[in-house]
Parts: sequence; C-alpha cells; structure tokens
Amino acid sequence: MSAVLITDGVSKRFGKVEALDGVGFSVDLAELFGVIGADGAGKSTLFRILATLLLPDAGRARVLGLDTVDSYRMIRTRIGYMPGRFSLYQDLTVEENLAFFATVYGTTIKENYELIRDMYVQLEPFRTRRAGQLSGGMKQKLALCCALVHRPELLLLDEPTTGVDAVSRLEFWQMLDRLRRLGITILVSTPYMDEASRCDRVAFMQEGRILAIDTPSGITGLFSKPLFAVRAAEKHHLVPVLRSYPHAASVYAFGSTVHYTDSRPSPDMGDVAAWLESNGIGGVGIERIKPGIEDTFMALMESMTSRREAADA
Amino acid sequence: MMQRFIGFVRKEFSHIVRDRRTAAILFGMPVLQLLLFGFAIKNEISEIRVGILDHSHDLVTQELTDKLLSSGTFVATATLSNEREAGEAFASGRVNEVVVFEPAFGDRLLRDGHAGLQLLTDGSDPNVSRIVAGYTTSVVREYLREKGLAASGIEAVPLMMFNPGLKSVYLFVPGLMAMILMLVSALMTSISITREKESGTMELLLVSSLRPVQIIIGKVVPYLVLAFVNVITVVALAFFVFGVPCRGSILLLFLESLLFILTALSLGLLISTITSSQQVAMMISLAGLLLPTVLLSGFIFPIASMPWPLQAISNLIPARWYLVIVRGVMLKGAGIAVLWKETLILVVMTALYLTFSVRKFSERLQ
Amino acid sequence: MPEQVIHTDKLTKRFGTFTAVDGISFSVRPGEIFGFLGANGAGKTTAMKMLTGLLIPSGGLATVAGFDVYREPESIKRSIGYMSQRFSLYDDLTPRENIRFFGGIYGLASKELREKCDRMLERLDLKGVADTRLAALPLGWKQKLAFSVALLHEPKLVFLDEPTGGVDPVTRRRFWDLIYQAASGGVTVFVTTHYMDEAEYCDRVSIMVDGRIAALDSPEELKRRYDAETMNDVFISLARPARRSE
Repeated sequence: MSAVLITDGVSKRFGKVEALDGVGFSVDLAELFGVIGADGAGKSTLFRILATLLLPDAGRARVLGLDTVDSYRMIRTRIGYMPGRFSLYQDLTVEENLAFFATVYGTTIKENYELIRDMYVQLEPFRTRRAGQLSGGMKQKLALCCALVHRPELLLLDEPTTGVDAVSRLEFWQMLDRLRRLGITILVSTPYMDEASRCDRVAFMQEGRILAIDTPSGITGLFSKPLFAVRAAEKHHLVPVLRSYPHAASVYAFGSTVHYTDSRPSPDMGDVAAWLESNGIGGVGIERIKPGIEDTFMALMESMTSRREAADA
Repeated sequence: MMQRFIGFVRKEFSHIVRDRRTAAILFGMPVLQLLLFGFAIKNEISEIRVGILDHSHDLVTQELTDKLLSSGTFVATATLSNEREAGEAFASGRVNEVVVFEPAFGDRLLRDGHAGLQLLTDGSDPNVSRIVAGYTTSVVREYLREKGLAASGIEAVPLMMFNPGLKSVYLFVPGLMAMILMLVSALMTSISITREKESGTMELLLVSSLRPVQIIIGKVVPYLVLAFVNVITVVALAFFVFGVPCRGSILLLFLESLLFILTALSLGLLISTITSSQQVAMMISLAGLLLPTVLLSGFIFPIASMPWPLQAISNLIPARWYLVIVRGVMLKGAGIAVLWKETLILVVMTALYLTFSVRKFSERLQ
Repeated sequence: MPEQVIHTDKLTKRFGTFTAVDGISFSVRPGEIFGFLGANGAGKTTAMKMLTGLLIPSGGLATVAGFDVYREPESIKRSIGYMSQRFSLYDDLTPRENIRFFGGIYGLASKELREKCDRMLERLDLKGVADTRLAALPLGWKQKLAFSVALLHEPKLVFLDEPTGGVDPVTRRRFWDLIYQAASGGVTVFVTTHYMDEAEYCDRVSIMVDGRIAALDSPEELKRRYDAETMNDVFISLARPARRSE
C-alpha cells in the first residue's frame, strides 16, 4: 500500500500554546482515516498544515508524495479542503457557489457531475437559495460538493459534521463511504465518537498529541480493565452514588446506563450492587460489556491527564 | 485562465449588488455628496442682515445707506441709536453686520476727502465675516468712485481668474472626486478582502491554487470599474447641474483619475494585507486615508497656510497631487506638460504600494 | 398535580408563507430534564425563541414559568436562565467580571453578588483563574461557568441550547453532572443537543420533525415504541422521512 499522506514529528506552537506536539502518522490510498478529538486538541492546525496553509515549526509532512512546504502549489491543485467553519459565500446561491469554485479550479460542474450527483440531487431544490439560508446539514453537503468539484485525490475534511443533526450526519458519512470506494483518500476529523467506527482507521488526539492510532475494532483493545454497564430505575442519583463507592475507578453515564470500572484487580460486582441498594438505588442491573471507542478514548485521556499531573507534581 | 478571471469578477459583482449597504455607498454616495456640497454648503451669501448706526444723519450717509440696501444683498433689519444696541443686535442674531458712520461723516468727507466708517461683523463665524466685510467695502468704494471721491489716484480692481464668481462648487468638485475615489477604491477593497479572511473563504481561495496576483486582480478590478463609473458620474453632474466646466482635455482627466484610482486601490490592498478584520480595515481606511484626504490635501484648508510639519505630511497624501491635477485640467485647462510632476509622483506612489502589498500578500495563514 | 413550568397549546410561528413551527402542544413538568430534539431546520430554534420571549408567536397559546408569551415576554426573560453554545459570556472579561456583570443585569445586590461570586468560583474550582481572561480558558471550563451564570439569579427554569458542542467526552459528562445537580435542586432543565446519547440522560424527550412534535416520551418508552436499541435509532427513524430541510 502506498501512503498518500505521511507526517513525521509535526509540531506547531502559537505563542505559549503548543497546538501540535510531534504528530506522526500515515494514511493509505483510498483510506477513510478519522482524527478524533475535542475542540482545542489541535485537529484544525493539523489540517491547515496538511492543506499547506500553515508552516510547521518542526517536522515534515508529505501529501501525495510532495512536501507541504516546498511543493505547496502542486499539492493545492490536487486536494480538496473543507475548513472547520462553514466557509462558503453566504450571499451567493447554492449554484453560484458551486460554479465559482469550479471556475476557480478551471473546471465546470458538468465535468465532474457524477462525483457530486448524489449530494447535488438533494441540493437541487434549493439551487437558487443563498447559502447562508441553508440548514446546517445542507450547508455541509454544499461545502463537500465545492471541495469535490475539481475531483481531488485527497479530501481534508475538518469537522464536517459538527453541529449537524444525526440524520444529516448519517447521510454525510454514507457519502464519504461512496467516495472512498471511488478511490479518493479521505482524512476527516470529528468530535463525535460514534462516527469513529465508520472509519478504516482512527487517531485519537488530545492536547496536540496523538494518543493512539488503530482500526476501530483494534483501538478498543487498548482498554485493559473489565468494563461494566450498570442500570437502575433512578438514573439521576446513580452516577453520584456509584462514584462514592470506595473502589470505583471510573464512572461515566453512557446513554441509558452507566459505565463503570473498578480499581481492584478482580472486582466484586455483587458488592457494588449491594452498596447501591443500601444507598437507596432500586432496580439495579449490572453486566460485563465490551468497551466501545468512546470508553477507550476517555480511558486514554484520563491516563494522559494523570500522567501529566504526576509529572507536574 | 480568462474563464477563472471572469468567474471571479462576476462573483465579486454579486457580492456588491447583494449587499444593500455596499451598493448604496457605491452608487448613492457620490451623487448625494456632490448635491450636498453643491447646494447646501455654499460660500456665497445671498442675504446680509445689516444694522445701521448713523451718528451723522446727513445726505451722504443717507445716500450710502440707500446704495447698500439697493444692491440686493443687504437688508436693513435694525436701525440703531448707540453702540450698546449694536451689541444686543449681534447677540440676538438680528444682524450679521453693523455699519457705523462717525459724527459729521458727510462734512468731513466733502471737506477733508476722508471720513470714518466702521464695519462691525460677527467674528464667531469668520468665513461669513470676511465675505460680508468684502461686499460692503466694494459697495462703498463704488459709491466713492461714482462721486469722484476715490481716496487715491490708483485703484486695484480684483478679478478672480478661472472662477470669476468665486463659486464654491469649483472648489468642491475636485476634492470630492478625490474623496469618493478614496472611499470606493481603498475602503471598499480593504473591506472586501478582509471579509473573505473573516468568513474563512480566503482559506479556500488560497488552497485553490490561485496565485496571489490572480486573487488580487480579481478582487480589485470590479472596484476599479465602479470607481471609474463614479468619476464619470461626478464630472457629468458637476457639468450639467452646477455648470462646472472641463477646460482641459477630458481624456487626460479620466486617465489621471484612473491613475489615482490605482493609487487608492493599492493603498486598500496594503491595508488588507496588514489586517484581518473588517472593522480594523474600516478604521484604518477612515482615519488613515479618508481623513487626511479631506483635511490635509488642500481640499478644505489651503496647504500654504498650514504649519510646516503638516505641509510636509501633506506631500505624502496622494489626494494632494490628484487635486492639483484635477484643478489644473478642469479649471485651468492645463495639459500634461504642466502636470507631469504630479503625475509622476502618483505613478511612483502606486508602484511602491503595489509592490509592497503583493509581496506582503501571504499565500498562507498567519 | 403541580403547575406546569412550560405549557403550549397549538403554538405556531409563520414567516410569510413558511410555517416554521406548526401547532406544537406539550408540557414540561417542574424539576424535569426535558430534551428538545430535532433535525437542523425542524423548527427547534424558532420554538425556543418563542418560549424564551424573544419571538411573538403567530398563533396558539403558551405559558412559560407561569407567564404568557404574548403579554409578558419581559417577565419570562426575568424568570428563566439561558445558555447557548454560541453566545454565553464575554471572552475578553475574566470569570469574576462576567459573574459580576450578569449578576448586575439580573439586579442582584452588590453584597449578595460578591458572596455568590466567591462561592460559585469555589464550587466550579475556578478560583485559580478568577482573574484570567476567559479567552485563555479551555472550552469545558467556559461552559460550566456559563451554565452557573445562567443559574445566578436562581431561575426555576433554564434553557440550554446545545450546551456541550465541541467538548471532549469526559468534559461533556462532567457538564451533565452539573445539569443533574441543578435538576435535583428543583430547577427545570430544557435542553437541546445533537449528541443522541445525551437524549438518554433526559427524563422525557420530544423530537421535532418538519415543525411538529413527532414523538414525546421517556427515552425508555420511545425506544420500546420504535423497537430501537438507542435514541440515535429512534431519532433517525423519525427524522429521516422529513420532507423539508431548511
């Protein structure tokens, strides 16, 4: 497999803030690679460096076999980039935006129509509407169309689904899936953990560093402790009561249940149930579950935080 | 290549037309400003309210008073009997001027050949004051000449060359053109570029492989066209509504205006390369470009009467040179043989600003 | 039965020929955490604006905190708390200045305010950064401060508009701890979110589709009714057939 994108020790600092700290990873041809992390993790800085818009302070990045610093002009014609913020002309219509970006790349909508057809069909009814008046989901589809209109080999999508509802997100990811099958390599960032499972591989980012890189199923293997899902009739008090259990290691609400890990090598969950009931929590049910991507990310975050706190102390 | 350029320019025009405020500033401002300056702000005074304080009451003072009031400009609004009343008349605003005849005015004039006539004017408005005094003096002088009583044998008769009526429109039109071109070219371009920075679309333009020069030309051409349309509008309005002539070559006037537009555009570009928000760009354009254009270019205050530091600064203001050119071409009928120095200065300024801003225009984000 | 904190009956808002909110009727009980979900453009924001007294409805009835949305929008604004992801606090002021400023707006006496301010900074563990400009603080810290400021004047009802956008999963859950705390103190919470797992934390959830409320019940009941594993599946099966998308 040839790597479409390689970074090695990429660092960037803004004043006192270390936005990126030695980031190294590679993305293969036609891979859908997810960068998962919260606001401020350094995702946007990473994307801008890869889009040749920022220069790294240290380290190197190669995109499509070209150096991002020396050959930035060559790279620019061959990638599609969607910035983190909605960045189209709000006062131009859907059609005008698309036509403008097509002309800027010296092409036409017609030439690459089959690539964007699936999305453009949905946008068609709003062709003459100004982009500023579209809903969040539609805006993102239009932005993706604009990024695709010159048939790029690599797509850099910086948080395309932030603030977009669950249905539009689902459709957006289905679209990415189709593009990957057409041979387009995609690097996409998201704060939504559930979207990570749709990637071929994911990288967890936190405070400018990559915590882990693996396939979605592989990455959950990093979660080493036994994990339990606890449910109870009374949700509101379950978290604080469980957290006050003397052997509780981590207690996090997860949908309708609470995910729990114990600080003992072999947890006694019967004792946990008894403790909950003695504290007035009724209808307790506990089962051992497989950790998900979000569990893993949180565990990695916590261990990084505690390592750093230990180092500070 | 051409396709890209046309696409870019079309997009820029869409922005301008769709934002009502921008469109209003671009198309409404020049007309509104010219009409405002032309009609509302006039230096000519059509009515002078005069008070007469006559300590002599003889035939001569009577004739002089009649002469004043029959000239059409002066209206007697107060007949006064002492100096205290004169003060009150000024304070209440009943008069702009009081004419005081000394006792035995007529006798002295006929006997000695001179007599004391005092003009009191309202110094709180120096401009009006000066004009009123000038008018009155000329009426008095005319009376003396009619009577064969001119004080000396030699008399200077002033004639205002190029603007015999001393019409203020003649003064304002060139200044206004400089101001409007600064506004449209520099302010609007700097705002439109920083708007792309703010909205994040500049990021997309940069990664689109367009060269900086292409982005700059695409952004600048629409404003160049619009600014030029404004030049034509102002010149036409000035001629048809206010009768301001263009005595020199109209082609030269347009070419020089084009040059000045380029100067202003390159200043606008320069501003947009050093700022990233629309607000800051606007502040810099207004305070750094528009204000000096109005105050230090010789548009309102004559450069010759400025203290030397301001005179030195005024040399750096493009509008100063453009004003000389426009006044020269429009009012004096001067040609390039006379105005080559000013033209050269503008060319050099433009080249400097342009090189600097194209260099500074970053192909990456800061 | 105690009085409802929010009660609407056929509440409608039209913009020209477009009906943004199409006759929604629902009630929110005191002390509950009410999830207000919907696709982008389903009419959520418009409905929220009517309920917070920012927009006069075109038809229907609504009372919020006992006040009528037509006649007493000012009383509504005074008796509710509001926090949104987009605007909450001033980035160029410090936490202490923000608390003082918003406390002042709600007419808190300065002595009371000073005490409250100290207590709040203590409780939120923000004492160390009380005089640092907000811009320099992590998003998660700002959000918890914004939430507390929204509760500063002790409203009975608080509106949270996508309060947890963009933060990491740990911070997001800490934020929900705060919501639970407030709810157990008797505050009614009206919250919108795009994180469907958060919908599960609510006592009841409504899902808006095309300007109407397509479903309203507890998450457990909704999942049972739509034979779904998660609220995400419930949401997608309801919102997918939506016709309009603006």
